[in-house]
Amino acid sequence: MRHRNKGAKLGRTQAHRKATLASLSSALIEHKKITTTLPKAKALRPFIEPLITRAKVDTTHNRRQVFRHLRSKDAVDSLFFDVAEVVGDRPGGYTRIIKIGRRPGDGAEMAMIELVDYNDVKPDTGSSGRSRTRRGSGKGRRKKKDSTPATAQEPETPDTAAEETPAAAAETPEAATDEAAVEEAPPTAESTEEPKQAAADDVADADGTDVEASGADPDDEKKDA
Amino acid sequence: MANPKRRHSKARTRQRRSKYYNSLKNPEVMECNNCGSPKVYHRACPSCGFYRGRKVVEHTELV
Repeated sequence: MRHRNKGAKLGRTQAHRKATLASLSSALIEHKKITTTLPKAKALRPFIEPLITRAKVDTTHNRRQVFRHLRSKDAVDSLFFDVAEVVGDRPGGYTRIIKIGRRPGDGAEMAMIELVDYNDVKPDTGSSGRSRTRRGSGKGRRKKKDSTPATAQEPETPDTAAEETPAAAAETPEAATDEAAVEEAPPTAESTEEPKQAAADDVADADGTDVEASGADPDDEKKDA
Repeated sequence: MANPKRRHSKARTRQRRSKYYNSLKNPEVMECNNCGSPKVYHRACPSCGFYRGRKVVEHTELV
């Protein structure tokens, strides 16, 4: 039984593993976006997210507690000054992992991990308005999905853009709303003209977290057509 | 040293392989929405580095 066996060992001793995670975290805090192997990226997420949460409250105690794990004064400073401010009051989920493919040589699966708030671009997909679903909510889903697309997208984009670049706040909201308008237009056009094409796009655009939803979508579209 | 008692016939070898090699599947591939080249589902495109409508990887770091 794998009770109490959470987390990846990464083929390292405990000390080596801690050092690896510390240096990966420092790199992520410095560069906001790093490329590493998928298992390391997945191990890094539960390591660094509690640290970011702690960085929201700037006290000496918190800094020392974070330093225990990061082992880098520069990284701690950057985390408490820059990252914590940009993250704002996001309730967890500070990082995003995107799989890249296998690297030549050893065939290891590579991934890009980034801080969401520094790289917040809304994915422009036909599935952008898809509401999150949980298990057991299968039947009422279709109705929710139709109502959400317009409302879900508009309020979010200007906010995040403003947070990202406070200095250029005057310029970005216009650009953001323009983008939002552009993003909204194509999916509706596709769905009316070419339902099958839209279905294919939906499947194509879904990311790893949405596997369940994307698997169900083509069926929905076919019913409509 | 342990040794095989019986000759392993071609048929036995081929029966085993027919099960195993036919069970192997290629990864599902789709066309990239940005550049149209084939890419694996749920991965960034290996040729243009796009994923879900934004550039995720620079070309130089692509594998």
